[in-house]
Amino acid sequence: MRLSRIAAVALTAALAFTAAACGGDDNDAAGKFAAGTTMERLAKAGKMKIGTKFDQPLFGLKGLDGKPAGFDVEVAKIIAHELGIKDDNIEWVESPSKDREALIMDSKVDMVVATYTINDTRKEKVSFAGPYFVAGQDILVRKDDMSISGPESFGDGTKKVCSVTGSTPAKNIETYVKDKTAQLVLFDVYSKCLDALKNKTVDAITTDNVILSGYQSQNPNDVRLIGQAFTREPYGIGVKKDDKVFRDFINDTLEKAFSDGRYKAAWDASIKDLIKMPSSLSVVRY
Amino acid sequence: MEVYFDQFGVFWEGFLGTVQMCVLAAVGALAIGTLVAVLRVAPLPPVRGVGTAYVTVFRNIPLTVVMFVCAFVLPLLGSNADFLKIPGLTTLIRPLGTELPFFRFATIALTVYTAAFVCEALRSGINAVPVGQAEAARSLGMTFGQNLRHIVLPQAWKFAIVPLGSVIIAMIKNSALALSFGVLASMTGVFDRLISQAEGASYDSMAVLVGVVVGYLVLTIPLGLVLDAVERSQKKTVRR
Repeated sequence: MRLSRIAAVALTAALAFTAAACGGDDNDAAGKFAAGTTMERLAKAGKMKIGTKFDQPLFGLKGLDGKPAGFDVEVAKIIAHELGIKDDNIEWVESPSKDREALIMDSKVDMVVATYTINDTRKEKVSFAGPYFVAGQDILVRKDDMSISGPESFGDGTKKVCSVTGSTPAKNIETYVKDKTAQLVLFDVYSKCLDALKNKTVDAITTDNVILSGYQSQNPNDVRLIGQAFTREPYGIGVKKDDKVFRDFINDTLEKAFSDGRYKAAWDASIKDLIKMPSSLSVVRY
Repeated sequence: MEVYFDQFGVFWEGFLGTVQMCVLAAVGALAIGTLVAVLRVAPLPPVRGVGTAYVTVFRNIPLTVVMFVCAFVLPLLGSNADFLKIPGLTTLIRPLGTELPFFRFATIALTVYTAAFVCEALRSGINAVPVGQAEAARSLGMTFGQNLRHIVLPQAWKFAIVPLGSVIIAMIKNSALALSFGVLASMTGVFDRLISQAEGASYDSMAVLVGVVVGYLVLTIPLGLVLDAVERSQKKTVRR
């Protein structure tokens, strides 16, 4: 009896010691996850590396304080918090479009949240949780111009449209215009397109509705968004290929966050004024 | 390697675009530059002032700014540069005749910018013509125009040929800037189209870069060789 009491005291002390050794920062979230999963590893470490864009306004833009901000960043934080990881313990890694797969495959990051469109080519190399946001290509025109109603309006060969070199929207619109040389002009940045639209050298700008919404809100008296996306760009969270457990955990977290208001809070903190929040969120599990 | 065969069309289109713009701008710059040089050596001070002002403005503003003004300020002034839609020439050089004016805007910018340098190269040639030549012509009763046309300019050309060649070669390389002002069909545009393409096949950027460099060298090196040959053949005729 006496012996077992000593043993109990010793055990308690040992437990307390272990807990202390792990650091006060450590969270009890680690216990929630099955051993050997990515969640357990991250929760135990109490920190993680997240890839995001540093130059994408509204989604992941690194400010003067050195921290990225935007909707992608807010969503990533929701996942990290669910793992018991604090904001300060997240290491943000810049993930330009062309490097995203490599960063995941080489374990340079634990996940990528960087306006990352889910598609089959990418699925061969990485896996996606989500989508947590669906963007689409849209068209911005001058406010008084009623002659353009959609991408089909470029089919008669008279309307001129502007986009940015090397971009997916530029490639997409090529299939709609009748004569590329006479109708499609490409600049290096969208701000030049906006100038050309205002001084009537071109009749429309086309790219993701997210970017166009920003321009419309800045120039409400000059331009108008058609508001009918003709492509679908589901943004997903990239993780290691076939890490299904982690993917499911992220999907669960996204669904939970959507229903308990954390998703809305992330939206309100970044893109509220520009884009209407969808009424439902449907992740794709595979 | 396969990029050169798979995407030869893109390389060719870019090469052609650069050649078209450079030929137009070279002809235009030589014409305007000569005119401005004539103004700068004219006997009337106000006329000289006009020439000096032109050179001062266009030689001292970065080409990027000139291009920007042409692409975004001319439309505000109501100009679509339609005067460049010269019948006949537009069938030969298609982008010149399109409704989209950016090829014309970039060509205008490159022309007026280069003209300032052509003028100065030519003026250095004029200054190299011995004063006695012009004085002799004047004493024969030639007017200023006759003097320039028959005596001074033919000799000035020969002195100016080497610096003029450098100006034109610099102009060919400067034409790369047009990419940023809506002219995708240029040698640098090739790089942009094959490398930063968001989707689809991705090529080795080094290979594409080498292709682009070769495209420019194909234009500039032969031009340099031709100029050397012209210089050699004229050394025989110019007496110093």
